[in-house]
Amino acid sequence: MELTNDHIKNRLVEKFGDHVANFTEPYGMLTFEVPKDMNLKVLQFLYDDPELRFQFLTDLQAVHYPDNTGKELAVVYHLHNLKDNVRIRFKIYTAIEKPDVYTATQLYACANWMERETYDFFGVNFIGHPNLKRILNVEEMDYFPLRKEYPLEEQTRVDKDDEMFGR
Amino acid sequence: MTEDVLSYNREQNIKLPDGSIEKQTTTLNLGPTHPATHGVFQNILEIDGERVVSAEPTVGYIHRAFEKIAERRPFNQITTLTDRLNYCSAPINNMGWIMTCEKLLGVQTPKRVDYLRVIIMELSRITDHVICNSVIGVDSGALSVFLYVMEYRELVYEIYEEVCGSRLTTNIGRIGGFERNFSDTAWQKLEKFLNEFPAALKEFENLLQRNRIFVDRTVGAGPISAERALNYGFTGPNLRASGVDYDVRVHTPYSSYQDFDFNIPIGTTGDVYDRWLVRNQEMWESLKIIRQAYEKVQQFKGADAEVYHAHAPEYYLPPKKDVYTKIEELIWHFKIVMGETEIPVGEVYHSVEGGNGELGFYLISDGGRAPYRLHFRRPCFIYYQAYPELIKGSMLADAVVILSSLNLIAGEMDA
Repeated sequence: MELTNDHIKNRLVEKFGDHVANFTEPYGMLTFEVPKDMNLKVLQFLYDDPELRFQFLTDLQAVHYPDNTGKELAVVYHLHNLKDNVRIRFKIYTAIEKPDVYTATQLYACANWMERETYDFFGVNFIGHPNLKRILNVEEMDYFPLRKEYPLEEQTRVDKDDEMFGR
Repeated sequence: MTEDVLSYNREQNIKLPDGSIEKQTTTLNLGPTHPATHGVFQNILEIDGERVVSAEPTVGYIHRAFEKIAERRPFNQITTLTDRLNYCSAPINNMGWIMTCEKLLGVQTPKRVDYLRVIIMELSRITDHVICNSVIGVDSGALSVFLYVMEYRELVYEIYEEVCGSRLTTNIGRIGGFERNFSDTAWQKLEKFLNEFPAALKEFENLLQRNRIFVDRTVGAGPISAERALNYGFTGPNLRASGVDYDVRVHTPYSSYQDFDFNIPIGTTGDVYDRWLVRNQEMWESLKIIRQAYEKVQQFKGADAEVYHAHAPEYYLPPKKDVYTKIEELIWHFKIVMGETEIPVGEVYHSVEGGNGELGFYLISDGGRAPYRLHFRRPCFIYYQAYPELIKGSMLADAVVILSSLNLIAGEMDA
């Protein structure tokens, strides 16, 4: 049987009920949200389920939404079922004051550096990670540069007036 | 013999501090700048004689914060950032990014554009594999093969030069198609390459494939099973060498790859030799694809043969002479250059089969001129984690060959 987005959705709702929410399909990829303390349960279920078999972690990264109070940081997982060739994406949201998320390194060896990168740039604290330290930036850095509060250019510059154009 | 002399470590001739336990292994820095790393990354190896006990890779020496920079640039200016990821196959990165934008913006490209893109992408796959495979030769002691195939990389770079004007960091293509049509010289150069390269590739193959020294050095070096490779997020030729036939070009066809007839070569053990063989065979498949694409492009007649971009006035710059003479073109030109075009809100993941694996772009747009968030899935950043596991217990000389067989590009790893 073909593994359709509807079928995946039904299997997930069957298993987790209301905890998985906000199903959308932007550009054909099933996307949903999961409470942050359930990310490992969902990953494990998607991995083990004989029909779903999402056993390849394509990508893991974070997004910062400063206006989303209480859910400022989103961690996004891209998973791939190589047998049926289906991709899905799910997100967990966490507060920026306490960005604690369970690590996926026990399930995927490749999550190690992806999580280190996410920690490096967003400060997401992956609980249980074997070696959570900065990877691309210098270790002395004391901030998380991809958060939106760090502008790319100095905002006090007057020679570049962006009032008319751009963000 | 006095007491003083006895407290010296005789082998190393170093006076150790009192009470210290003599270390049995040697710490060796492989990199950050070392001829054998072919890029700026460091490995702190613990070696016991010639055997590697453990390795601690360090990356990030040329991190340039592309993801942050991209949050302030209009889409067409991000193409130049992608050049600098995997600079051995820059056109694939350019095309991958452009296709991500097209997917977000809903631009449909004509078939001829797709085929032209396929030609460029497969040419750059060949240049990428040619470098990687010949570097494996260099690291196992065969320098001549490397110099020998450079001549043919030059031919490919001349084709790029005809199409886009630059060679290494190409910035080739625009949202919707190409900046200009392929010139007659470009087609002549492509023909020259298609005529001359197969013989050179055959000779390259003959020099290494059954070469006793090369086979002895590479067979059994750094093997990885299919399960471990998948768990480590391997993609591209390194994964296929372990026996998994995953290829983005076939699994999620983009740029009309479904119109072409080609095979996915796979290996069995995932050692250095298998990776070499898979890449070598992929070059033959790429040649096959380029020939098919060339024939398909030749079949377009009349006005169709002049199509080199999609009709997308909102995103594709109008011809310069129209900008000077027509108001509508002038408006579009202004809007595109100033980043004032309508960008849909949405999130999109698009991936292409890069030179060393699945190169993915995760783009979140909030409707502004620049992406809200752009993440590059850089294949070699992800699979380089497996390096300590691959070299554990092998000889130091093998560690160098395994490193080069992974096709690691520091620019891509550090983004």
